Amino acid sequence: MAGAALPGRLSWQLGRVVDTIEETRRAKSLVLDLPNWQGHRAGQHVDIRLTADDGYQAQRGYSIASAPEDDGVMLTVDRLERGEVSPYLTDVIEQGDELELRGPIGGYFVWDASQSGPLLLISGGSGIVPLRAMLRHWAAARPAVEVRLLHSARSLDDVIYRDELMRLAAFEEVDVRIALTRAWPDGWRGHRGRVDRDFLDGAAWPPRDQPHIYVCGPTAFVEAATAALVETGQQPNTIKTERFGPTGN
Amino acid sequence: MSPISRGFLGRRRSRGDPSRVPPGQYVTDDFPVLSAGPTPHTPLPDWSFTVDGAVVKPVSWRWVEFLALPAEHVTVDIHCVTKWSKLDTSWRGVSLEALLKTVETKAEYLTAWCDGGYTTNLALDDVLDGKAWVAYEYEGGPIHPEHGGPARLLVPHLYFWKSAKWVRGLRLTPTDEPGFWETYGYHNHGDPWLEQRYRGD
Amino acid sequence: MTYVLDGNAIAGDLFAAFGHEMTTVVGRCRNCGTASPVAELCVYARAPGTVARCSTCHAVVMVLVTIGGEYHIHLPAYEFMEEVQSSCEL
Repeated sequence: MAGAALPGRLSWQLGRVVDTIEETRRAKSLVLDLPNWQGHRAGQHVDIRLTADDGYQAQRGYSIASAPEDDGVMLTVDRLERGEVSPYLTDVIEQGDELELRGPIGGYFVWDASQSGPLLLISGGSGIVPLRAMLRHWAAARPAVEVRLLHSARSLDDVIYRDELMRLAAFEEVDVRIALTRAWPDGWRGHRGRVDRDFLDGAAWPPRDQPHIYVCGPTAFVEAATAALVETGQQPNTIKTERFGPTGN
Repeated sequence: MSPISRGFLGRRRSRGDPSRVPPGQYVTDDFPVLSAGPTPHTPLPDWSFTVDGAVVKPVSWRWVEFLALPAEHVTVDIHCVTKWSKLDTSWRGVSLEALLKTVETKAEYLTAWCDGGYTTNLALDDVLDGKAWVAYEYEGGPIHPEHGGPARLLVPHLYFWKSAKWVRGLRLTPTDEPGFWETYGYHNHGDPWLEQRYRGD
Repeated sequence: MTYVLDGNAIAGDLFAAFGHEMTTVVGRCRNCGTASPVAELCVYARAPGTVARCSTCHAVVMVLVTIGGEYHIHLPAYEFMEEVQSSCEL
């Protein structure tokens, strides 16, 4: 039997795409069946490795969008215009195709329902992917922890998992707020513009509530949001960050 | 052995003409940006270029003075150790031959040092006789900071990590002192035609 | 700024190199004394090798080069504050 993972080993394993979901015009989710999967924690990611027929390889990391309790492992890929790997994953790969990956990876940017709250999740663009895993884990475990998600996107159509977020917001303990930076519908009552101090003052918990904070998205977003959080008095050591960006040459 | 990913092509890569493209390289139309740190931004009024170290008398130029030095247009192929090659790139700059003529030295090596702290080492034999320049124009315009502007080293016959970005000076040294990547396992010389990528190759 | 990430981006390579999860490991920058977990280092992964810098003073603290499938890790200015075993050349 091929490579059963040993504890302490991070082996490459094969999975099969069992479903694909068009999330937005740029983002697509892939649901994988991984026979050797050992489970994961919300917030972790996998490294995907693609091999061309001349042996050329490309490797990229993608956050796991599914909760540990979900069936199958779901990844959500944001198609980068001049990307080498993302367009392949969004435009070429189909149900039934194999994918090589290693994981789960990461021990820092993770949240378990056993942790205390309140929980403040802040994302920009595709940064929402690992936070979705955290939200779904929360929904499966229903700990006595309040959760706020503050998400920034260019327009409403660019909000990944929009319908699901609205369903999660129906829980009393869950609050979801969207900041739209480029375009908003008439009568939009959410925040217009970036996640800044004003937005946080209205939407985040005050520092005295000592929220556990997770910030994820492109580097520029993470830097700006983290600076704004610190400006509002949040302690840096309560903020965990994960920066997304192009890798590879 | 990894299985082949159905339909995965990767970046367009061609082996190109073997008389121009060293072994193991792919030709690209892009100009990939590689960096080991944040892009420095030295304002031109603060910029200077210095030749010092094992010399009788160090020499230094401010930006305007540097631009007044005799310069050349060159069109060269460049080869990055990460396997991409770019053909027919055109630059304008001052040859190291011209720069080193301004100092008296018995040293046979130099270390190029840069804003941001990057260094690379070169033998004088590898930079004299039309082999190297301090370039300040690329394709007819100023070099973009991402690509090493305002000025970078250009040593096309060696892997491009030797063409140090944001170069600010040459320090002549009596012995060969490994620079940044050379210290971390890359080849001390770096000839792409001999595939001298890593120490020991 | 565009190309800088953090230690999370190299978590997989570090796990493979050290044999265990590394992003939560705290190290001290020998240049400025700041202690931070590997996850919070500034990582430049588009280069001949991967360079991790202290997020406070930007000194190069860790360099990771892959040669022939083997990981070579250099720690020019990073001191792990806990016992860290490695399964590769340091």
